Amino acid sequence: MLLETAGLTKRFGGVTAVNAVDLAVDERTTLGLIGPNGAGKTTLINLISGLLTADEGAIRFAGADISREPAHRLAARGIARTFQGVRVFKGLSVLDNVLIGAHTRLRPDVLPRLAPTRGRTDPADALALLERVGLARARAGALAGELPYGDQRRLEIARALASRPRLLILDEPAAGMNPTESLALRSLMRSLVTDGLTIILIEHDVRLVMGACDRVVVLNFGRKIADGSPAEIQRDPVVREAYLGSEDAA
Amino acid sequence: METLLEFFRTYATAIAVIGISALLALSVWLTLYAGQLTLGNAAFMGVGAYVSALLGRHLDTPFPLALLSGALAAAVIAVPLGVTVFRLRGVYLAIATLAFGEIVRVILLATPITGKGQGLNGIPPKTELWHIYLSLAVVAYVLWRVQGSTVGRAWAALREDELASASQGIDVRRFKLASFVIGALIAGWAGGLSAHLTFSIDPSDFGFSKAVQILVFAVVGGIPNVLGPIVGAVVFTALPEILRPLKDYRDIFQGLILLGVIVFLPRGLVTFLDVRRTRKLERIGAADVA
Repeated sequence: MLLETAGLTKRFGGVTAVNAVDLAVDERTTLGLIGPNGAGKTTLINLISGLLTADEGAIRFAGADISREPAHRLAARGIARTFQGVRVFKGLSVLDNVLIGAHTRLRPDVLPRLAPTRGRTDPADALALLERVGLARARAGALAGELPYGDQRRLEIARALASRPRLLILDEPAAGMNPTESLALRSLMRSLVTDGLTIILIEHDVRLVMGACDRVVVLNFGRKIADGSPAEIQRDPVVREAYLGSEDAA
Repeated sequence: METLLEFFRTYATAIAVIGISALLALSVWLTLYAGQLTLGNAAFMGVGAYVSALLGRHLDTPFPLALLSGALAAAVIAVPLGVTVFRLRGVYLAIATLAFGEIVRVILLATPITGKGQGLNGIPPKTELWHIYLSLAVVAYVLWRVQGSTVGRAWAALREDELASASQGIDVRRFKLASFVIGALIAGWAGGLSAHLTFSIDPSDFGFSKAVQILVFAVVGGIPNVLGPIVGAVVFTALPEILRPLKDYRDIFQGLILLGVIVFLPRGLVTFLDVRRTRKLERIGAADVA
């Protein structure tokens, strides 16, 4: 078990955004996280990645209790993420974006760089990552904000991978992608899992979720309402009701 | 040759003041580069000025050691201050650091050892032109080299997006604090140099108008690289001298020039050097000060 949450709860004022959620993610698997808008998916991964602190419950990652750890330390532990609606560093170069992703791995080089002959960080790893996510090396010098939206998405994934994480959290990575791009994303995810990565995927594209995930968890109003294989989830009446409304209402 | 020497003799003070202005501009540039708007550097300059002058006067501290003590005193004060005020952001942060500046000014006004409102007079003129320009060269070189390092990239990332930076493993608080404390160190050093240049100092030298002036140097010069604040300091310290023939209309023209720069080169004077990149940054709506 790489990641485990127990009774995880987060309230905002009177609203319980995440309500007693138990989650278990095995190493080298892909977990899909789905649910209607406002179900608490993003809050849940904000808790897991340390951007929010839970009111109740615990999170364990690779055997350690990480419930109270801040985001930057979790990044060092091997949790990387992308954001809903892309948050690349727009005003910085594509290469710098990836190098910042590698922040936890790179040795601080302030003092050595005071020598005038010392060059910048070796970009070889970063360039290889760009290629892996499907971005041309030639674009490394461009400003991240200049890239088309789909490429910014890919860059964000490259930035997340640059820390060599054990767990990668993708928040709606396929939003705005065309079917071909979505397919490329799916094969990228598969190859990453083959290399030993564990993935949590939040996505509205049902075909991508059902095709790419080993297990799917469904949230509604902050609660986990279903947990199973993609096939089980598709058959689950509770899930159908959450998405389509109850038969009485219809 | 003769005319050049004549020029230096006539404008020696102005040239020295320009160098000190450039140091101060770099001190606030550092926090701006990390995306933080702080206005405490005039007060840090004051701390450096008073501490170094008092050490020289009462303890006969050698000049370099007095300078260093002044700079370190400013940095030491910056640590708890930074820990406290970096809970805030944007204009709130600016106002909090401004309030700190006022506190320092009032303490200087009320304390007997700092000479209250009269300030300190008869400070030995130990600052030579080369002290100032060597300091400037060292600070500018170090900051320029830091830009391409892991630390410089972390600062740039903070400026772009704090939340995303934290998720990349950057300790947001620590990096903000580092830029603030190093900025205070530079400002304190500049304050010591300035005190031993001008013979006398008083609390009003380090108040609100000084804080704004330092900010104007850095912002009007430009944040993209270390050249910006230096250019800004040179232009806006020299401008009053250049515009002297205009007499009573001087301030008006100075204001117009400032307005013109802000309107037509909103990212600073140095963006002249790389217009294409600046246009791109504007188009994609990247962080304001970039």
